[in-house]
Amino acid sequence: MSILQVTDVNKRFGGLQALDNVNLEVEEGAVHAIIGPNGAGKSTLLNCFVGRLVPDTGAVTFNGRSLLGIKPHEINQAGVSRVFQTPEIFEELSLIENIMIPAFAHRDGAFRLNAWNIVTGEKEIREKSEHILEDVDLIEKKDMLAGSLSRGDKRRLELAMCLVQDPKLLLLDEPTAGMSRADTNNTIDLLKRIGERKITKIVIEHDMHVVFSLAHKISVLAQGTVIAEGLPAEIKGNPKVQEAYLGGAHL
Amino acid sequence: MIERISPGRDYALIAVFSAAVLTMPVWLAPIGAAYPDLMQKFAIFGIFAVGFNILFGLTGYLSFGHAAFLGVGSYTAVWTFKLLGMNAIPAILMSIVFSGVFALAIGYISLRRTGIYFSILTLAFAQMAYNLAYSVLTPITNGETGLRVLRSDPRLLDHLFGVNQGDGVLLARVFGFELHGYAGFYFCAVMLIIAFYVAIRITHSPFGMMLKAVKSNQNRMNYTGLSSRPYTLAAFIISGMYAGLAGGLLAVTDPLAGAERMQWTASGEVVLMTILGGAGTLIGPVLGAAIIKYFENIFSAFNDATLHNFFSFLPEGLQDVAASISGLFVGEGWQLTLGVLFMLIVIFLPGGIMEGIRRIGTLFRRGPGSGAEQRGARKGDAGAVPAPAE
Repeated sequence: MSILQVTDVNKRFGGLQALDNVNLEVEEGAVHAIIGPNGAGKSTLLNCFVGRLVPDTGAVTFNGRSLLGIKPHEINQAGVSRVFQTPEIFEELSLIENIMIPAFAHRDGAFRLNAWNIVTGEKEIREKSEHILEDVDLIEKKDMLAGSLSRGDKRRLELAMCLVQDPKLLLLDEPTAGMSRADTNNTIDLLKRIGERKITKIVIEHDMHVVFSLAHKISVLAQGTVIAEGLPAEIKGNPKVQEAYLGGAHL
Repeated sequence: MIERISPGRDYALIAVFSAAVLTMPVWLAPIGAAYPDLMQKFAIFGIFAVGFNILFGLTGYLSFGHAAFLGVGSYTAVWTFKLLGMNAIPAILMSIVFSGVFALAIGYISLRRTGIYFSILTLAFAQMAYNLAYSVLTPITNGETGLRVLRSDPRLLDHLFGVNQGDGVLLARVFGFELHGYAGFYFCAVMLIIAFYVAIRITHSPFGMMLKAVKSNQNRMNYTGLSSRPYTLAAFIISGMYAGLAGGLLAVTDPLAGAERMQWTASGEVVLMTILGGAGTLIGPVLGAAIIKYFENIFSAFNDATLHNFFSFLPEGLQDVAASISGLFVGEGWQLTLGVLFMLIVIFLPGGIMEGIRRIGTLFRRGPGSGAEQRGARKGDAGAVPAPAE
C-alpha cells in the first residue's frame, strides 16, 4: 500500500521548470531514495511534501489526504517529520529540551496553554525523551546546549527530535552530507535500526554508499523529471541513469 | 550548562524573593531609598518589567509599545474607582482584564510581523493610543488634565456599603486600609510577589519552554508540529496583563491617570529595565526596574550643595571643578548617568546585571580562568535579538 502519492507535480521558478510532471509512489514501511545530480529538483520536491512550497499543478496525497495548501505544522501533526540539510535545532536550549519540545507537540497538538505545570513534572515525556537520546547515543550530553554540539551530533539530535514524534513518514534531506566516513556509517546503522520501527522513509542523498546500504527502492530525478525508478540493482545497471547522473562513468 | 529546574528551587527562590521585597524598608534605608513612594515604584515597575520579560526575554519579540497597556490599566482602574468605589481589588482586576483585551487586539495585528517591523507596529499603536487619549478620547481620559475621582462620582459599592470617605482626598482602600504610605507599598509588594511567582511558573512550564523555542528557531518549531503564532500571542497578552496590573497599581497608589504614562519614552524605559537587569532571567527585570527608578529619584534630587558637601574634603578650587563635572551627571542630568551605565552594560555584559552576577559566581566557584568557557556557552542567552523571521 502506498503512503505517499505524488501525481503530475509541476513547479516553476521564473524561467526554470524545477519539477516537470513528477510522479512518485512511496510504499508504506519502505525506504525510498531519491537521487539525482545537483539541481535536479530533489529538495524542491521534498519542500512540496512539508508545506514549504506549493506545486503549481498536480497533487500530493499522504495517507489519503491532500497535503496541498496545508500549513507545515499541520502536516507534521498528520505524521510527517523532516530532517533538514543543515540541522534545524533549538541551539540555545539543552538537548533534552530539544527533544521534549517535539514530544509535547506530539502529545498536546499545535498549541496548548500549559503554563502552570512544571516541565520536570512531566515524567512520561521526560522518560520518552531520554530514551530517544539513548538511542542516538547523546544521553551523556543531555544537559548541554544544543548549539555546542558537533555537526554530526546536531544531525543525530535532529533525527531524534523527529523520532520522538513516532512519525509515519520521515523525510531525510542528505542525512550524511559533510560527515566523515565513520560518522556516515554510524548514521547508516542508526537509520537501519530505526527501520525496525516501520517508519516509512524518504531519503535524498548524494552518497551512493548510503543509498545502496539503505534503500529498498530508488527514484532518479534529473532536470525535474523522474528518469528511472526501481530496485537498487536495477538502478545500478541502468545506462540512462549513468548517463544523466554520472556523465557516463560506471558506478 | 543550563539552569536546573525543580519545584524545590522555585519555592526557595520565591521565599528569598518575598523576604527581600518585604524587608525593603530595612535594607534600603542606608542608600536613602526606604521611603514608601519610591519603594512602591520599585514594586510597580518591577511587575511591569517582569511581564515585559515574558514577551521579550522568552520569545525575543521586542515590543516598543507596552506603555499603552500601562495607560489602559491606569484609566481602567480610575474608572472602576469612579463607578464602583475606592476598593482596590476590583480596580486592579478590571485593569488586568481590560489591558488583556487591548493586548489581544494589538498583538493579533502586530504579531503578523517579526523583528523590527513588529517593534514599529507596537510603537505605532502605543503612540496612537497616547494621541487619542489627548484628543478624541477626552470624554474618557479627561485629556491633559488627567482622569481623577470626584466626590460627585457614583461609586456604587461605596454608597451601597455605606463606606465613609471622610473629607480629604479620595484614596484607594483594601480591607479598610487606606492605601497610601506604607500600606500602599505593602499592597504593591504583595502584588509583585504574586506576579513574580506566576512568572516563575510560566517560565518553567512546558508553555514557557515553547516560548523559548519561538526565540530559538521558529522554523523548526513549525516543522515540529507547533503553531508559533498562538504561543507568541498568548505571551503578548500575558505581558500586556502584567503591564495593566502595574498601571492599575499606579492608579491605586495615586488615583489619577494621565496620558503621559503611555508616551513612547515610557515604553522605552521598560525595555531599558529588562536589558539592564538581564533579559530572559527571572530576577533581572526587577533589579533593572529598581535601579532605573532609584537613579530617577535619588540622582535627580542631588544639587550643587550636596555635591560641594560630598567633595568637601578637596581643596577649594578642586572642589568646584569636581562638583561642576559631576554636576553633569546628577540633578537634571541624571539620565546621562543612566545612559553611560546602560552603554557599559550592553557593551561589556550583554546579559545584563544577572550575567555579571553569574560571572562573579563562577569565578568564586571554580577559581579564575573558567569564565571564558561560561561566556561561550551562554552566548545565545544575550538575547537582545528578536527571533528571526522566516
